[in-house]
Parts: sequence; structure tokens; C-alpha cells
Amino acid sequence: MDANKKARINRLIRHTIMIVILAVLLFCFIFPFYMVIINVFKVKSDIVGQPLALIGKHGFTLANFPKAMEKMKFWQSFGNSVIITTLATIFTILLSSMTAFVIQRNNWKFGKIVFVLMIASMVIPFQVLMIPLVSLYGGIFGILNHRATLIFMHVGFSLSMATFMFHGSIKTNVPISLEEAARIDGCSRWQTFWMIVFPLLKPTIATVAIIDAMAFWNDYLLPSLVLGRKELYTIPIATKVFYGTYSTDMGLIMAALLLAMLPILILYIFLQRYIVEGVTAGAVK
Amino acid sequence: MKTNTLGYKVRQYLLFAGVSTFIFLSVVIIPFIYGIYLTFTSWDGVSKEKPFVGLENFILAFNDTAYWQSLGRTFIYAFIAVILINTLAFILAFMVTSKIKGQNFFRAGFFIPNLIGGIVLGYVWKFVFNKAFVAVGEAINSPLLSSSWLSTEIGSMACLIIVSVWQYAGYMMLIYVAGFMSVSEDVIEAAKIDGCTGSQSIIHISVPLMTSSFVQCLFLSITRCFMVYDVNFSLTNGNPYGTSVLAAMQVYNEAFINKNYGKGQAEALILFVICAIIGGLQVWAGKKGEVEA
Repeated sequence: MDANKKARINRLIRHTIMIVILAVLLFCFIFPFYMVIINVFKVKSDIVGQPLALIGKHGFTLANFPKAMEKMKFWQSFGNSVIITTLATIFTILLSSMTAFVIQRNNWKFGKIVFVLMIASMVIPFQVLMIPLVSLYGGIFGILNHRATLIFMHVGFSLSMATFMFHGSIKTNVPISLEEAARIDGCSRWQTFWMIVFPLLKPTIATVAIIDAMAFWNDYLLPSLVLGRKELYTIPIATKVFYGTYSTDMGLIMAALLLAMLPILILYIFLQRYIVEGVTAGAVK
Repeated sequence: MKTNTLGYKVRQYLLFAGVSTFIFLSVVIIPFIYGIYLTFTSWDGVSKEKPFVGLENFILAFNDTAYWQSLGRTFIYAFIAVILINTLAFILAFMVTSKIKGQNFFRAGFFIPNLIGGIVLGYVWKFVFNKAFVAVGEAINSPLLSSSWLSTEIGSMACLIIVSVWQYAGYMMLIYVAGFMSVSEDVIEAAKIDGCTGSQSIIHISVPLMTSSFVQCLFLSITRCFMVYDVNFSLTNGNPYGTSVLAAMQVYNEAFINKNYGKGQAEALILFVICAIIGGLQVWAGKKGEVEA
């Protein structure tokens, strides 16, 4: 009885120490965001003069937001980001699940070759492909500067990983007997896939959607190479406009950075569990 | 309907995988092959002609001191960052799986940096290093903090490492958390009965059983560190005086700023080969050390 009590107290102490350490670390992790939030409501001179103060000498201001939104064309870039992310994610999911299905369920040589190529291609870093991409699509085909081109490339880069994940999921989670039953009931392969298989892939669809949507939303290098015209900029590229000029207005920068982070942070509050689970599932695959 | 004819197979394949095969080939495979061809030309990015120059780009790349300096820098940066990322991630994962209160809250909190793109993160930290740290330094009168770290050579590399550790630790933590959770309670319980202390059971039981998590985290963090571009661009942009240009940025600048596409592509390929070798070696070493549960 006494030993038990002692063990409980020991555990309590250990847990308290851990919580304190974690809280301190979490504060360090959040600190940069905290700095942005307290400075976004200050005037320019207060941000430079006293960046650590909660409220600046000149008081509270909201003026940074409209100015920053105008300069980075917030709604336009936000719209571009939404369109590109949504369409690229949907296409990736539809195309890769179909591909995985036809490759996994048939023992065809050509399908196997494509699948092996896809897996092998996952080790190719983007930096090896960016120069030929610009040279091919810009120099030869001349189709850079279109949202559709960027969506096409986003889909191309994420297909391999997504197909790989759907392949595993079809193999383990979709019983072949269900498909056979559907065939006897007169379903074609096409109908079988959409009515039977696709709905069963929901968990993987969610994982792929979360991983790819986050990657597309945040990507900088590929969009910056494809989209040269200002009216096509996505949010990550748009934040760059505040640094190009000779004088940098810190107030506007703070507002722009907060605006760039806000959509995804808001989403995280609601979808936090799914995002954490999805990312883990995707990484462990 | 016959399902064994070539016509049926082709039609089925094209119906389900035709579009994706086309996109995959035109975005990944063809550019990859075309990229190898580009290394044998001296293309400036503008002219229609791509003069064939043989191996000259590789010779130029091998003699380019700026390139090798950036590679060396990347090695040092990646080495330190990978060790710190994985140490911190492992410790965090251990703490958030030890059944303390609010562990889900902590997991979600440490993951936040991963939600945001590297370019924005770099800008946020640039402000923190340039303004906030300096203000703290002035307040506590510390010479170490009172001038921006980003203005010195070693300082800016340290900043890159700090931001990378901060950015990836939460992500790797999640992989280690999955590893910790995969170690069954029975095994730990059995070890306890046999008289293992807490730290002994971690070192001798959990860690060996989590080899695949380590392999995965090391692989992911190494490849990400070798390929980093956006944080490098927004945080230091290579400054001061090009002393914080990492390999990916060097390749980018060579191609898109100096307009030496062929040489840039040759340098990118060398980088890729180095990465592939490191990745391959490391996965191979990990596989050898794996323990079957």
C-alpha cells in the first residue's frame, strides 16, 4: 500500500516536470507567431522601436491590414491559391485512385512498369526537374503563366505518392469478393470502381487530400517558376512583394504574414485531429 | 465479354490510367530525361539554339568553387540540423506519449510550424532574429543578442539550422509518436517485471523496436535538409555576401540568375546523385539494424 502511494507520488512529480518542460518548449515554438500577432496592430515606428511591447506607444491600429491586402492583392492571390489547391487536389485523388485500381487489380506488365517507375521517381528531388520543366514548358511549348499549367504540374508531382498509397489501401482494405459480387450483378469495371471501391477508400482519400492540399497551398518554388504574371500569384509568392522594394514597411509585412498564415491556422483549429492523423498516416506509409 | 484480349487491356488501362500516365510522363519522366540532355548543352534560357558542348558543363561544375563551397555548407548544415531535429523530435515524442495530461494538445501545438510554407516561416523568423532578439538583447544588455545574428556568417547559418529544427521537429515527432505507440504495452510490462527501469526499457526495448521510425525520420530529414530552398531564400537569401547559399539555391541561381541552364542542371544532377547515395546507404544501414518484434 505504501509502495503504491510512493509510486503514485513519483509519477505525479515526473508528469508535472514533463508538463512544465513541454509548456516551455511549446512557448518557444509559438514565440515567432506571438511576435507577429502583437506587432501587427502597431504602427511602423513602434514595431521597429519596441517590438516586444504588447501595445505600442502610438496605440492600437488596424490600418496595416487594408494596406497590406491592397499591396499583395490579397483576395486575388487567395482566390488563385484556393482554385489551384482545390482543383489539383481533386484531380490527384481521382486520377491516382483510378490508376492504383487498374494496376493493383490486373496483373498487366505495362501497369507494373508504370508503377515501378512511379515509386522510383519519388527519390527525384524537384531541383533536378525545375530547369528542364521551365525549358520544356516555357521555351518549347510556351504554356507557362497559366493556372492550368501549374495544376497539371502539381498533379504530376503528387501522382506517384498518391497512387502508391491508394495501391496499398486497395490491396488491404477492399475485399475482392465485393467486386466479384458487383460483376455478377452486372456492373462494369468502371461502375464497380465508382460505386464499390472508391467509397471504401475514404480514409486514404482524406489522408491524400490533407497532405497534398497543404503541399500545394504552401508551395513556393514551382509556382514562382510557372506563374510570372502578378495577377496569377498565389499567397506564398504574393508575400514576396513586400521585400522587393527599397524601403520595407514592417507594419505591412506583419499584416501580410498574418494574412498568409491565417486561412490554414483557422482550418487547423477545426480539422486538427484529421490533419495530425492524416500526416502521420502519410509519413508512416 | 472477353477480358484477355490486348484490345480490352489497352482500353481498360487507358480508361483508368491513361490521363495519369500521360501527366506523370510529361511532368516527371520526360523532364528528367530531357534534363540529362540539357547538361550536354550550353543553353542560356533565351535562344532557340542549344549548342552541344559534351562534358564541358560537368567540368565547369567540378571546377566551380562556389558550388563546392555551397555543397560543403549544406553538408555541415544538414549534419547539425538532422541530429538536432531527430533528438528534439524523439524527446518530444517520448514526453507526449507518456500519458500526461493534455498530450494531444501538445502534439497539435508542436506540429503548427509544418502547416505553414517555408517562405512565410522564413520571413517570420527574419523579423524575430532582426528585431525581437535584438530588442531582448538590448533589454538584458547581452552582447550576444544585441546585434542581429543574420548579419554574420556563422550567425546566419545558425539561424538556418534553428529555423529548420523548429520547422521539422514537430513533424518527425509525429512519426516517432507512431513508433512509440507501435511498441506493445505487454513488452514494456514484461521488461518492468524483469526489473527494467524506465530509461533502460526505452534504450533496450523501445528504441530497437522503433528502428523503422528512425530510418524514416532520418531519411526524411536528410533529404529535406539537402533540398531546402524556400527558407534559405526568405530568411537569409544567401547573405551576408553569399556565405549562406545552400546547394539548392546555388543551383537555382546558376540557372535562373546567371542563365547557365546546362551548368545549373549538371550541378543539380550531381546534388541528386549525392543525395541518392546518402539516402540509399542510410536506408540500407537501417534495414540491417532492424529488429523483428
